[in-house]
Amino acid sequence: MEKPKVGFYWCASCGGCEEAVLDLNEDILKVVDAVDIIFWPVAFDFKKKDVESMEDGSIAVSFINGAVRLSEQEEVVELLRKKSGLVVAFGSCAHMGGIPALANISNKNEIFKRAYKKVPSVVNLEEIYPQEKVKLDVGELELPSFYNTVKPLDRVVDVDYYLPGCPPPPDLIMKAVHAILEGKLPPKGAVIASDKTLCETCERNKTKPDKLKIKEMKRIFEIVSDDEKCFLEQGIICLGPATRSGCGERCIKGNMPCRGCFGPTDSVIDQGAKFLSALASIIDTNEQGEIQSIVETIPDLIGTFYRFSLASSPLKRKKLKA
Amino acid sequence: MIIVNNDFEPKLVGFLCRWCSYQGADLAGTSRIEYPPNLIPIRVMCSGRVDPSFVMKAYSEGADGVLIFGCHPGDCHYKEGNYKTIRRYSMMKKLLGEFGIEDERFRLEWVSAAEGEKFTEVVKDATEKIKKLGPLNWKEVLEV
Repeated sequence: MEKPKVGFYWCASCGGCEEAVLDLNEDILKVVDAVDIIFWPVAFDFKKKDVESMEDGSIAVSFINGAVRLSEQEEVVELLRKKSGLVVAFGSCAHMGGIPALANISNKNEIFKRAYKKVPSVVNLEEIYPQEKVKLDVGELELPSFYNTVKPLDRVVDVDYYLPGCPPPPDLIMKAVHAILEGKLPPKGAVIASDKTLCETCERNKTKPDKLKIKEMKRIFEIVSDDEKCFLEQGIICLGPATRSGCGERCIKGNMPCRGCFGPTDSVIDQGAKFLSALASIIDTNEQGEIQSIVETIPDLIGTFYRFSLASSPLKRKKLKA
Repeated sequence: MIIVNNDFEPKLVGFLCRWCSYQGADLAGTSRIEYPPNLIPIRVMCSGRVDPSFVMKAYSEGADGVLIFGCHPGDCHYKEGNYKTIRRYSMMKKLLGEFGIEDERFRLEWVSAAEGEKFTEVVKDATEKIKKLGPLNWKEVLEV
């Protein structure tokens, strides 16, 4: 019998999701035994034209990681969608935009100015910026267009399943692979992880007092944090109350607070707003001035509350000046 | 030069606490006080019930401004619901600023059941200020 064909692709991402596949360790051999990998730019030399020559729907499943910020990524993703039975958004960036989507608080112009002019290690006196088209003796050369707004995968193509996490942990990857191979698929659009919040499964929940109350927000480097106490009780911002569980509390076990990479649970549309709601309600004062000064101690609200979910939140980006 | 588009009628979404502010709005109606028709009132059990996601959703779906109306501090039917609102409001205000949404587009006002007059003043003032700012048009923001 012919093995099911599987494709991998990366868009705007760091490469950590590709490593997560290798983190399967010996299990990766089982995967390779069971499927045929037909496209994986980071590991194999297949070209886009190889995929183009395949029949529509002939790839069983494409795992796509990374957010979409370039026209090239949009093109490949649309091609893979056409050729694949299932498309899985792999990791936080494909799922919600992830870290690359924090660029949505800026825009193309500002990013180019920063990267090609203002960065201290760059000397660019002629102010040369990348152009989409350049005419040379050999002909016209093209670069992909760079968009103002970074999008999660499901704003570009139809997505069947989401594997959350930065990166997705090996046990969830295997769970998804087994579900696909055995045809035991959850309903379309499901996020393959728990639907509880992180606080519900967190070990430190036991140490949490009945009523959380904080007067001061601290950043993790400012104090020596207790390795058993609830982070919020210590005044450290931890996104546990507004984040989906299923990660195995990897960060908490490393004595780092949750940063929200699994995204919100199914019933929540805005992870950042939901966390804001939780955090504001445990501030221990009713005095307007004092509330204000506590709020001022959090330097970057979008970056803290929407670290991974900005591009999939209702507002999606900062307002561009007309 | 600031060009004011006089044809522009802002869409305001108002969340009104059912114990005080909604009664206040009702009083404005029964007293036949005239005020702009720009506010879409939504009755909630308490201003503390206004989840920040409601506000985000309102802007993303076309609201030009969002107003939260609650009982005066100390008067909350649930004792401290509106104190939670004050805390969330301060944090939201800063967050919305980071998103590039102007201050005038988000307001928290205390309106008791007897303050029909005040309710209409707030709606009038908010409508005028947002008219000057122009439309927010979040859907278009995303298309650029």
